[in-house]
Amino acid sequence: MNRHLLAAGFGLAVLGLAASGEAKTFVYCSEGSPENFYPAINTTGTSFDASSRQIYSRLVEFKLGTTEVEAGLAESWDVAPDGLAYTFHLRKGVKWQTTAGFTPSRDFNADDVIFSFERQWKTDNAYFKVTSDNHSYFNDMDMPSSLKSIDKVDDYTVRFSLNTPNAPFLANMAMDFASIESKEYADKMLAAGTPEKVDQEPVGTGPFQLESYQKDAIIRYQANPSFYKGKVKVDSLVFAITPDASVRFAKLKSGECDLIPYPAPADVPAMRSDNSLKVLDQAGLNIAYLAFNTSKKPYDDIRVRRAVDMAINKKAIVDAVYLGFGIPAKNPIPPSMWSYNDAVKDYDYDPDGAKKLLADAGLANGFDTDLWFMPVQRPYNPNGKRIGELMQADLAKVGINAKLVTFEWGQYRKKLQGGEPMLMQFGWTGDNGDPDNFLNTLLGCAAAKIGGNNVARWCYKDFDDLVAEAQRTADPKKRTELYEKAQLVFKDQTPWFTIAHSLQIAAMRGNVEGFKLSPLGYHDFSEVDKK
Amino acid sequence: MEAAVESRVEETPETPLREFWRYFSANPGALIGLGVVVFVVLLAIFAGAIAPHGPAENHDDAFLLPPVWAEGGGWNYPLGTDAIGRDMLSRLIYGTRFSLLIGCIVVAISMTIGVAVGLAAGFFRGTFDILVMRLVDIVLTMPSLLLAIVLVAILGPGLVNAMIAVSITYLPYFVRVTRAAVIGEMAKDYVTASRVNGASILRLMAITVLPNCMAPVIVQATLSFSSAIIDAAALGFLGLGAQPPTPEWGTMLADSREFVLRAWWVVTLPGLAILVTVLAINLMGDGLRDALDPRLKR
Amino acid sequence: MLRFLFTRSLLVIPTFVGITLLAFLLVHSVPGDPIELLAGEHGISVERHTQLLHEYGLDRPLSIQYLRYVGHVLRGDLGRSLITHAPVVQEFSQLFPATIELTLAAALFATLVGLPAGMIAAVRRNSVFDHGVMGAALAGYSMPIFWWGLLLIILFSNTLGWTPVSGRISVDYDIAPRTGFLIVDSLLSGEDGALASTLSHLILPAVVLGTIPLAVIARMTRSAMLEVLGEDYIRTARAKGLGPLRVIGLHALRNALIPVVTVIGLQVGVLFTGAILTETIFSWPGVGKWLVDSINRRDYPVLQGGVLLIGTVVMAVNLAVDLLYGVINPRIRYRRS
Repeated sequence: MNRHLLAAGFGLAVLGLAASGEAKTFVYCSEGSPENFYPAINTTGTSFDASSRQIYSRLVEFKLGTTEVEAGLAESWDVAPDGLAYTFHLRKGVKWQTTAGFTPSRDFNADDVIFSFERQWKTDNAYFKVTSDNHSYFNDMDMPSSLKSIDKVDDYTVRFSLNTPNAPFLANMAMDFASIESKEYADKMLAAGTPEKVDQEPVGTGPFQLESYQKDAIIRYQANPSFYKGKVKVDSLVFAITPDASVRFAKLKSGECDLIPYPAPADVPAMRSDNSLKVLDQAGLNIAYLAFNTSKKPYDDIRVRRAVDMAINKKAIVDAVYLGFGIPAKNPIPPSMWSYNDAVKDYDYDPDGAKKLLADAGLANGFDTDLWFMPVQRPYNPNGKRIGELMQADLAKVGINAKLVTFEWGQYRKKLQGGEPMLMQFGWTGDNGDPDNFLNTLLGCAAAKIGGNNVARWCYKDFDDLVAEAQRTADPKKRTELYEKAQLVFKDQTPWFTIAHSLQIAAMRGNVEGFKLSPLGYHDFSEVDKK
Repeated sequence: MEAAVESRVEETPETPLREFWRYFSANPGALIGLGVVVFVVLLAIFAGAIAPHGPAENHDDAFLLPPVWAEGGGWNYPLGTDAIGRDMLSRLIYGTRFSLLIGCIVVAISMTIGVAVGLAAGFFRGTFDILVMRLVDIVLTMPSLLLAIVLVAILGPGLVNAMIAVSITYLPYFVRVTRAAVIGEMAKDYVTASRVNGASILRLMAITVLPNCMAPVIVQATLSFSSAIIDAAALGFLGLGAQPPTPEWGTMLADSREFVLRAWWVVTLPGLAILVTVLAINLMGDGLRDALDPRLKR
Repeated sequence: MLRFLFTRSLLVIPTFVGITLLAFLLVHSVPGDPIELLAGEHGISVERHTQLLHEYGLDRPLSIQYLRYVGHVLRGDLGRSLITHAPVVQEFSQLFPATIELTLAAALFATLVGLPAGMIAAVRRNSVFDHGVMGAALAGYSMPIFWWGLLLIILFSNTLGWTPVSGRISVDYDIAPRTGFLIVDSLLSGEDGALASTLSHLILPAVVLGTIPLAVIARMTRSAMLEVLGEDYIRTARAKGLGPLRVIGLHALRNALIPVVTVIGLQVGVLFTGAILTETIFSWPGVGKWLVDSINRRDYPVLQGGVLLIGTVVMAVNLAVDLLYGVINPRIRYRRS
């Protein structure tokens, strides 16, 4: 028995060696297990990295390392003059992946596009409820209310009709929820009575195809030999799931990993000084801020808002809480986003100036306020309580007596949107790289109503006009100008004290090439190589 | 302590307490344990006077300094500093307060309730007894840490809640031990005699039976005292116990875990403090058990 | 005999019902709204919130929810994870082999080292060896294992580079999970070095998890041996001129083993507690880490199902030990009644 096994083992080992002689495996030590492999119901970057970014493609894609939109499965697109229709011209000859459970009989076409969206949109679609009917992003991006219809013009042309003009729509099409799935595969699985296989054993058109997944341990991918941009440079990709940041670093040093995301702040100096490693960093697509409730006294007075802004030592907060993982923010959008206005000048830390402004406002003796701090860790805010304590101490120096308040996360958000707090920490992570997703979503007049995302209750006509016009405009250059102006208005009016943008960092072995960090937080390996 | 030592010289008949001390002091391990425990208690009481710095005081110019004997260390921070420049020695000294507090409170809660329930179960037997023992069995099928984690999730993280959670997981042991001892005592003649004399049930329970059941309960209490320190530290380590900047040792460990490769002292020292304290209490507990266990006296 | 087996087995039913009730009530007392937590900054509309509550059955009265839950449990359905949408039973069965492998390895380590150490300590009572073993055992018993694990990682993985830091096997090996037990799977795969890789990943976690049971077993073996060595029949055997090895190995050990086996069985709960911490430190893909994660994510079905399944496993092991003990030692049957 034993001998038999050994002999068989030896034979296999020889075979394995022969086959693996030239194979190039890229090992990414990821930070956690994906929720599952159906991008449209997932909400975390970890899941998107494991599913949509490797396995699937979209009509349009974010250009690697930027938030600009470029052609993907659609070679080109036309926007109707009134902005109410987007017509996509699809690429021909794009092959679906061949897996153990599915052999495609046709190329990618318009039916697949329509299926992928109707699955999330039409409650009568057979796949609407498969795996989960909670298509979070499709709903969050207001697709159900903005989409009028999706029509197949011919096999390689699809038209999306909208209810209102919406320039960010194109960027939405590059998001993970808009990943395109195979209708043929879905139909086959439905007929076989195993529809959930579509989400467990995914078939896409992306650079890699899923080979196997062991929960909390490892995900294996093979390069997709018929990827429409040409086969990628590595032969296989491995996600070695390693939740502990210092362990990831140890594995990177020993060469067990080629690339790691999210290192521990403490390890970054050691990484930078290690010659065998490369470290990349980039401001993430996020913002942490302290909003003033401009509908409440005394924050309806612009002098008070400016005084508070000048009283808080931003640099001390970034140093002490972000530990080198953040950069001080002066605009409501991060520097990695297009239209970021670097000409905006931030208020300096100036407690004396703050006192003067307060005296002008008739508050020379200070005042009492509440200060709400984040109850949970978020990507843009590593420790809300700590930031709150530092702010409280700074405010005390100019005579403002702040009381720290917090609630459990769901309640916290509700109370902020309900307009109850006076001074509150909040933040945002961008979804689609479009400035509208920050400036209009968080600061527009429409969002300033009770229950909206504009927790500063700040409705300022000059600003709102600029942002609303940009939303109706399709020309990116024109939009950039409008958004740059809006940022100047924002800083002048100070509805928020902008705290910081957190930095995302990735470290890799010295021989890794072709990897770029995405401002959207993706880890994309379609151009990666090992020398 | 000294009074007790002197008492050995006098040749008066032995009181139970003296007899106990004679057995206890014959055990060198127990004496060492007692010594360390007394030392830790003193540290906790006089932390304010002994510690060179405040436990939450951070020094911007002294991040992650190594201990004095390592290169780069200095006498200002004898055991080095942590990631935000707090003196390790001071934090470890103040940490004794939390560990002892955890031990005392957990034992107090679980012993009081556990003994009361166990006493009642052993005394009344019948349906009440069956129900209690079933419940005990059910709770014991849950790994204690898992139960504590779920309880902390219900109550919310924090030192007080962690103590309550750990106390609840220890309850069943006290119930079992007390009940077994009570049942053993109930069969004895003195109880029957007392009953015949018309003692009230409460009197019978609290004054007649209970004191004679205390030996195993005390042993259980020392065991619980040391494991409470470890379990509360484990909760702290998982981020569910005391919250930073409290210098609780488990929380300190969790806080500094990311520095494991860069600064060994921030990880090694809090764990060592836990180990030494718990070991001392267990040594003492072993001596206590030997001195209280009548079988080994022969 | 049969009656004992029967009545003891019957006791399982109320215990099991109790476990379902305990798991259900505990998990439903955890505050926080899982649906809100999933929603992030975007929030969720009131209509959608109500709809999701209804879908997950969270809007019914507690008693109805419990009865429905028990009904599902009896059909083997423990619900689906709110996060991954995979059935809880499926996730558990994927991860449980890793926990069993770790636990068994730890138990094996503890027994193989603890048993002989305790025996020798008993035979050479009061020798340097005896004091050394008992001192080490007490230290092991007092060990905060989450710290012990970190210490061993610093020493063996970072400083000496002998063992890998985390995981179950090197990514170089692609082993198909046939049984879920990597030792078996890597043997079956026949890949060169796969077994060695598996073992090198297993050794540190097993040692860490085995430390406390090792201490308990060593202490227990020693005291059981001492008791047996003092019995008349051992003295008789010695007097008859039997060699010391024969006396100790054959007569004394066999009798000393009964309490020791019980103790090993009762360590299962302790091992599970340790597994939660060990798996967290070593990123071991087992059920302990899975449960801790589920609490942080407010994944109620996973937490509830996991507590129930682990409770059931511990209950089953306790039952097996009790039955075994009853069979080995007839006295127990009278004492228990």
